[in-house]
Amino acid sequence: MAEQQQGARVPTVIAEDLHIVYRVNGAKSGKGSATAALSRILKRGEERGVRKVHAVRGVSFVAYRGEAIGLIGSNGSGKSTLLRAIAGLLPAERGKVYTDGQPSLLGVNAALMNDLTGERNVILGGLAMGMSREEIKARYQEIVDFSGINEKGDFITLPMRTYSSGMAARLRFSIAAAKDHDVLMIDEALATGDRKFQKRSEDRIRELRKEAGTVFLVSHNNKSIRDTCNRVLWLERGELRMDGPTDEVLKEYEKFTGK
Amino acid sequence: MTTPPSPDEGLTAAQLAAKYGLSVSGARPGLAEYVRQLWGRRHFILAFSQAKLTAQYSQAKLGQLWQVATPLLNAAVYFFIFGLLLGARRGIPHHIYVPFLVTGVFVFTFTQSSVLAGVRAISGNLGLVRALHFPRASLPISFALQQLQQLLFSMIVLVLVMIGFGSYPGLSWLLVLPALALQFVFNTGLALIFARMGSKTPDLAQLMPFVMRTWMYASGVMFSIPAMLAGKDMPGWFSDVLQWNPAAIYMDLVRFALIDDYGSSYLPPHVWAFALGWALLAGVVGFVYFWKAEERYGRG
Repeated sequence: MAEQQQGARVPTVIAEDLHIVYRVNGAKSGKGSATAALSRILKRGEERGVRKVHAVRGVSFVAYRGEAIGLIGSNGSGKSTLLRAIAGLLPAERGKVYTDGQPSLLGVNAALMNDLTGERNVILGGLAMGMSREEIKARYQEIVDFSGINEKGDFITLPMRTYSSGMAARLRFSIAAAKDHDVLMIDEALATGDRKFQKRSEDRIRELRKEAGTVFLVSHNNKSIRDTCNRVLWLERGELRMDGPTDEVLKEYEKFTGK
Repeated sequence: MTTPPSPDEGLTAAQLAAKYGLSVSGARPGLAEYVRQLWGRRHFILAFSQAKLTAQYSQAKLGQLWQVATPLLNAAVYFFIFGLLLGARRGIPHHIYVPFLVTGVFVFTFTQSSVLAGVRAISGNLGLVRALHFPRASLPISFALQQLQQLLFSMIVLVLVMIGFGSYPGLSWLLVLPALALQFVFNTGLALIFARMGSKTPDLAQLMPFVMRTWMYASGVMFSIPAMLAGKDMPGWFSDVLQWNPAAIYMDLVRFALIDDYGSSYLPPHVWAFALGWALLAGVVGFVYFWKAEERYGRG
């Protein structure tokens, strides 16, 4: 048991027999011709022309306040899907997730627009995350400074499409990390950009973790899991293969992937 | 599994959740709470619509000038085809026809593009829906608001056309405000309805342009409905349906407000009551219908 027992533990996230199913249009195996599609429509099966992907199969766990939980597993094992489901962004097919407050996913990429200036994206991204105009105004300079976008000239007033991929990634991270969260979920590969910025963003994640009640971290980097998490959930093919203290689970996981 | 023994041992997940006051993640809030959340996001809704509007022409050399040039060119094309080639202006005096046509095109485009944007509001923004929390109605409302701002740019052209054809600003022009406000509510309602339908059936995005075009040709954008039906052997209810369809109502109201010689004789009876009725019907039904599926929009 890795956690320090100090009185009653308060659960913040409870997942109970959680199943997530994606429905993909136009990926049904078999003939992709128009007549085949038409006959599928006419047949009126329960789901026409739709292929189902069962991404998470019956996962149950209870997360407690103060825990930092790592999610590991090979590509496509359902880690990111599970995060989204906990955050309430993907509806569950079966089962339920109970949470304390509103868990949030760290990331605003989807809200930003490449055709807008960095400046307007900071405001748009902040509003999309639910910050008020005043909060954004107060944090604006901090965000821009953190991203380091303006270190090489006045880039923040240029459209984001003119940024290099590294610069854009830095700005996105800076916006996303500007808000405090109760239950924070971090998807892998956030720390992008050059070495200097990686260090800076790792520090910021550590800070956010301290403020948040419970943290979930998805990563393929066993070192960063070991550094930050005290408990690990190991997913494989959408099923919870192991749940326990970091060292135990990682040892088994390394044995599994080593072969 | 590795949970140590605790007083909570043996509780089911639901009991445990109840004990510590946890709530179901992603559950749909009540209608009043939903409205409150939406109001809390008003700045996001406005900023998102403005961002979409600006992003539209940001790569063009003429930039935001296209906001005005696009509707102007649109009106010119319709005038060329319907005014000059087909002579659709039957029953309308010559000096009224151009303002009549241009108003019709702009006002109908407002509804048309709101519906078309609404169809893709959820299905085209799944990335956003799966990444951040906000009342999903923000998206269709924001798209309708974007079209309203687009219409305001078109209004600049419209004012020039009015003055060019001898209708000068007067008190009656103020009637444009309630007319467009009602139309905006109506459009938002439609956008909400089609956003939900489009999230389940993305194919609607392919189908709706045809539906909207049929609606446009049937609504008297480029001809006067009573003048066109006069002398034809049509049942009376048919012309009633055409005249009282919401698109025709809103177009006629704006024409009535702006064009001096387009008097109340051109309007069907009870026109304001119908304008209000359509707006309330679409607005309320659309909002409730959209809200009913709130927790399912991420599924795609």
